[in-house]
Order: sequence, then structure tokens, then C-alpha cells
Amino acid sequence: MAIAKKALVWGLFAAGGTVSSFLFPFLIALFLLVALGATPEGLQYETIRGFASSWLGKLTVFGVLFLSLWHAAHRLRVVCHDFGIRADGAVAVIVYSLATVGTLLAAWYLLAIS
Amino acid sequence: MSRNPYVRPMSKTTWYLRNGRFRIYALREVTCLLVGFYAFLSIFALRALWQGADSWNAFLASQQSTPMVVFHAFALVYFFIYQTVGWFQLAPKAMPLMMGEKKVAASTIVLGHYLVWALVSLFLLWFVGVI
Repeated sequence: MAIAKKALVWGLFAAGGTVSSFLFPFLIALFLLVALGATPEGLQYETIRGFASSWLGKLTVFGVLFLSLWHAAHRLRVVCHDFGIRADGAVAVIVYSLATVGTLLAAWYLLAIS
Repeated sequence: MSRNPYVRPMSKTTWYLRNGRFRIYALREVTCLLVGFYAFLSIFALRALWQGADSWNAFLASQQSTPMVVFHAFALVYFFIYQTVGWFQLAPKAMPLMMGEKKVAASTIVLGHYLVWALVSLFLLWFVGVI
């Protein structure tokens, strides 16, 4: 892989790892509260819709999802190699495609929420 | 090099089971599956939010189940131990800090990360109205 591409992939991996390390415990805790039926006030429709309508909200959610997706994609690629799947080219296409689809869907839904 | 170099036999699929350090490595790396799962679950939530109030409330209701409570609780503990703690432990090695001529102690950098994590998490919990 060319050095420039490697730096890009590693930059996204490191940024996504940092963002997910700091924020995902909170995100998982939110889903846990929802699963328990104790949906917090901030996740009531009007409140969350208001947050997702603001540009600060859109950019924050998009940034977190984008970086986390590319972090997970790159790490999954390496994990596949570690677990004995040596078809790195095919694995790379699959994981980066998934990250691209996720990124585009996140951008699409966030832009469509008004 | 000799004509028949000795190559230690090593399984390509189960090598990380041989040694405790390798096991921790493997357990840490698979946290990427949780990151992917929660990213896509969040995107699914965004879709419901985009569709409107009925879809959003249906989404929230669909997430309420005992298996999901168990899964999220397990994921929370697992993710914290292997991703958050693991990432913070690596931070001083990945980006050592200098203060003037002196190196900042690794433990200080790690502690700083936990402090920031705690403050950010408390702020977010306050922001969504949990505390």
C-alpha cells in the first residue's frame, strides 16, 4: 500500500479508536437504558429531533459515526488476517465498502432530518 | 541460512490461544465488532428518527427486551475493559508527552485520559437528562 494511503487509513483508525474509547461506553449505556424501558428525557422524540436538527448535533453525530465506522473497518481487516483469513484484498473491499455505506447512510439521514 | 531452516509449527487460525498475552490481544481486537454493531444500530436509529415520531417510538419499543438488556450490559463491561482501558494504556506509548526537557510520566497521561473520560461521560449523562 502506498505510504499516503497508509497514513490516511491509520489516521482514521487512531481517531476512531480515540473517539469510540471515550464515547461508546456512554452510547452503550444509552441503549442499555432504552432496553430497560428507562428511556432518558434526551431521547424523547421532540428533544432528540431538535438536537439532530441543529448543525452542531448533525456534525457531532456524523463525526462520531464516520470515525468509528472506519476504525472498526480497518481493525476488522487486521482481525481477519489474524484469524487466518488471508484473502486481504477481498476482506479490504468488504470492510471498507461497509464503512462507506454506513458513512453515506449516516450523512443522508442526518441531512434529511430537519 | 541452512537449506532446511526450522520453522516452528504455528496454526494460522488458533495461534492466539497459545499464550495469555496473545489472548488479550485477540480479545481487544474483536472490540471492533462492537464498534461496528453500535455504529450501525445508531444509523438504524437515525433512520427511525428521520421517518418521524411513530417510527422513533416504535424503534425505542423494539429495543426493549431482556436479551438486549443482557447483551448491552455485557457489551458495556467488555468494551470498557478491552477497548477503553486498553486504548488509554497504549496512549503514553503512542504519543509520549514532553514538558520542557522532561518526559511526562506514563501514569500521568493514562490518569489524564480517565479523568477526561469521566468528565465527558458525566457531561453527556447530564446532557441527556440521566443525572
